[in-house]
Amino acid sequence: MTGYIARRLLMMIPTLLGVAILTFFMLRVVPGDVVQVKLMADGGMVSPEAIEAERVRLGLDHSLTVQFLDWMRGIFTLDFGNSMWTGRPVAAEIASRFLVTFQAALMATIIAVFIAVPLGTVSALYRGTVLDYVVRVITIGGLALPSFWIGMLVLLCLLRYAHWLPPISYISPTEDPWGNFTQMIWPSMVVGYRFSAVLARLIRSSLLDVLNEDYIRTARAKGVPARTVIWLHALKNALLPAVTVVGLEFAFLIGGLVVTEQVFNLNGVGKLFIQAVEHHDFTMIQGLVMMFAVIYVLANLIVDLIYAAIDPRIRYR
Amino acid sequence: MTDTANLQPRRLNRPTFGALGRFAYQQPVGAASFVVIVVMLLAGILAPWVSPYDALAVDYGALLSPPSLDHLAGTDAFGRDVFSRIIHGARTAMIIGLSSAFLGCTGGAILGAASAFFGGRVDAAIQRFVDILLAFPLVVLALVVVAILGRNPVFGIDISLIFAIAIPIVPQVSRVIRAAALTVQAMPYIDAARTAGYSNSRIILRHMAPNLVTPYLIMLTAYIAQAILLEATLSFLGLGVAEPTPAWGLMLSGNAQDFFLTAPWLVIFPGIAISLAVIAFNLFGDALRDYLDPRLKQ
Repeated sequence: MTGYIARRLLMMIPTLLGVAILTFFMLRVVPGDVVQVKLMADGGMVSPEAIEAERVRLGLDHSLTVQFLDWMRGIFTLDFGNSMWTGRPVAAEIASRFLVTFQAALMATIIAVFIAVPLGTVSALYRGTVLDYVVRVITIGGLALPSFWIGMLVLLCLLRYAHWLPPISYISPTEDPWGNFTQMIWPSMVVGYRFSAVLARLIRSSLLDVLNEDYIRTARAKGVPARTVIWLHALKNALLPAVTVVGLEFAFLIGGLVVTEQVFNLNGVGKLFIQAVEHHDFTMIQGLVMMFAVIYVLANLIVDLIYAAIDPRIRYR
Repeated sequence: MTDTANLQPRRLNRPTFGALGRFAYQQPVGAASFVVIVVMLLAGILAPWVSPYDALAVDYGALLSPPSLDHLAGTDAFGRDVFSRIIHGARTAMIIGLSSAFLGCTGGAILGAASAFFGGRVDAAIQRFVDILLAFPLVVLALVVVAILGRNPVFGIDISLIFAIAIPIVPQVSRVIRAAALTVQAMPYIDAARTAGYSNSRIILRHMAPNLVTPYLIMLTAYIAQAILLEATLSFLGLGVAEPTPAWGLMLSGNAQDFFLTAPWLVIFPGIAISLAVIAFNLFGDALRDYLDPRLKQ
C-alpha cells in the first residue's frame, strides 16, 4: 500500500506541473499586468519611469523563463512569493482565510450528506410515486437555482423576519462557538442544498442499480426482512459511489465557494481569488490555483484509498 | 408460411404526429420545457419589440417603484423597467449560453473523438491535458480564463466571456465523448470500414460521427443550462457581462444588493428568470436523453 501511495503521489507531479505552467504562462501572455491596474486605478497619469520601476520591483522585467524558474524554486521551499497587490506573502494571505472556507465546505458537506442519503433512498424505494416526484423537484431545484440567488433570498428573509445581519468579520469557533455557528450555518445550508441535489440523484440511481442485483433477490427470497435487505444489503453497496462524489465535491467546494462567500460576506479564499482576478495579482492567482489543484488531486487519492478500504473487491495495483 | 397479416405491426393506440408529436407524447415535461425555451428564445430575438420599455432608459421619476401595472416587475435604482431588462437579459443569456455551450461541447467532442480514434500517445497526451483542466473547480477555471483574456467586446458581446464559459465545458464533454467513441470504435463495422481501406477522415466522418451525434446533442442541451448558470454567476461577481448591458446575473449584483431589503423585486424576478431558463434546459436535456437513448434512462 505504501508503494501504491508513493506511485500515486509521483503521478501527481506532472498534473500539478501542468497546472503551474498553464496558469503561469497564460496569465502573462496577454498585455495588462498588475502594475497598470495598481498605478492607474484612479485614472491618473503615471510616468513610464514609475511604471518601469514598479515592474522591476515586482520582478516583471525578467524574462518569462527566469520568472517561472524563480517561482518554481520558491514553491519547492514552500515559498509562494508575495502578492503583487498587497506585498504580503501569498501563503500568509491564503492561510488567514483558509479556515473560513474550510469550515463552510465541511459544514456544507455534512448537511448535504444528511439531506441526500434519506432523499435518494426514499426516491429509489418509492420509485414512480408522488414521493419520488417530490424528491425530483427538490433536486432539480438544487441543481438549477443559482446558489447566489438562494443566498440572497435567505438573507432577505433573515433581515426581514429575524432582523439578523451577517457579521462583518469571521467569528472564530474557539472564541464564540454559537456566534460562529449562526454565521456559518446559512451559507453552508445554501451550498449544502445544491451539493445534496447532486448526491441524492447519484444515490437514487445507484440504489436502483443495486436493488436489481441477484443477491438482493436472493436475500428477499430466503426471507430476510425487507428492512435488513435495504439497510444491510442494498444501501451499504449503493453508497459506495457516493463516497467518490462527496470527496471530490468537497475538494471543489474549497475553490467553488467564491459566490457564496461574496453573498454572505465571508472573507474566505474565494473572495481572495475574486480580488486577485480583479487586480491582476498574478502571484496570488497562481498560489490559489495551485492550492485548489493540490487539494483536488489529494482528495482524489484519499477517495481512492477510502474506496479500497471499504470495498474489499478493489485492490491496489 | 403463416398468415402475413400477423406479421403486420400492431396498430398502436397513440396519436402519431411525427417525431415532434411522439416526443411530446412520451415526454410531456420535456415538451413543456421546450415551450419555455422557445418563449425565451423569442423573447431574446424580439426583445426590442416586445419589451414595454427601453431596457436602458433611465426614469428618475420612478426610482425603485414596486411592481405595478405600469412596471410589471418594478423598476431599479435608476428607474429602469426590470421586466424590460429581463426580456433583454434573455437575449444576453441565450447568445452567451448557446454560443459558449456549442463552442465548449464541439471542442470537447473533437478532442474526445480524436483521443479515442488515434489512441496511443495522442490519447495519453490529450488525457493528461484534460486531467489538468479537470483539476480546476468550474468557476475557478472560468475566472482564470477571464483573468487571462480580459474583455473583448464585439457587437456588445464579450468574446472572452464566451471562451471563459466554454473552456471549462471542454474537458468534461471530451471525457464522455471519448467513452462513447471507444464503444463505437469497438463495433465490427468500423473494422469492416478499415478493411475496406477507407481513409481515416472518411471513417471518422461517415462511420463514427453519426453515432456520436446523440450523446453530443444530449450534452449540448445539458451544458446550455450550465453555461447560462455560469454566465449569471460571472456577471453576478462583476467579471462577466458589463453594465449597462442587461444580464440576469448582473441585475442581482451591484445596487440590487444595496436596495434589496426595500426593493426585493430587484432580486426576485431576475433570479426567477435564471432559474426558469436553467430548469427548462435541464429538463429538456433529460427528456431528450430518455427519448433519443432509452438505454440511458435511469
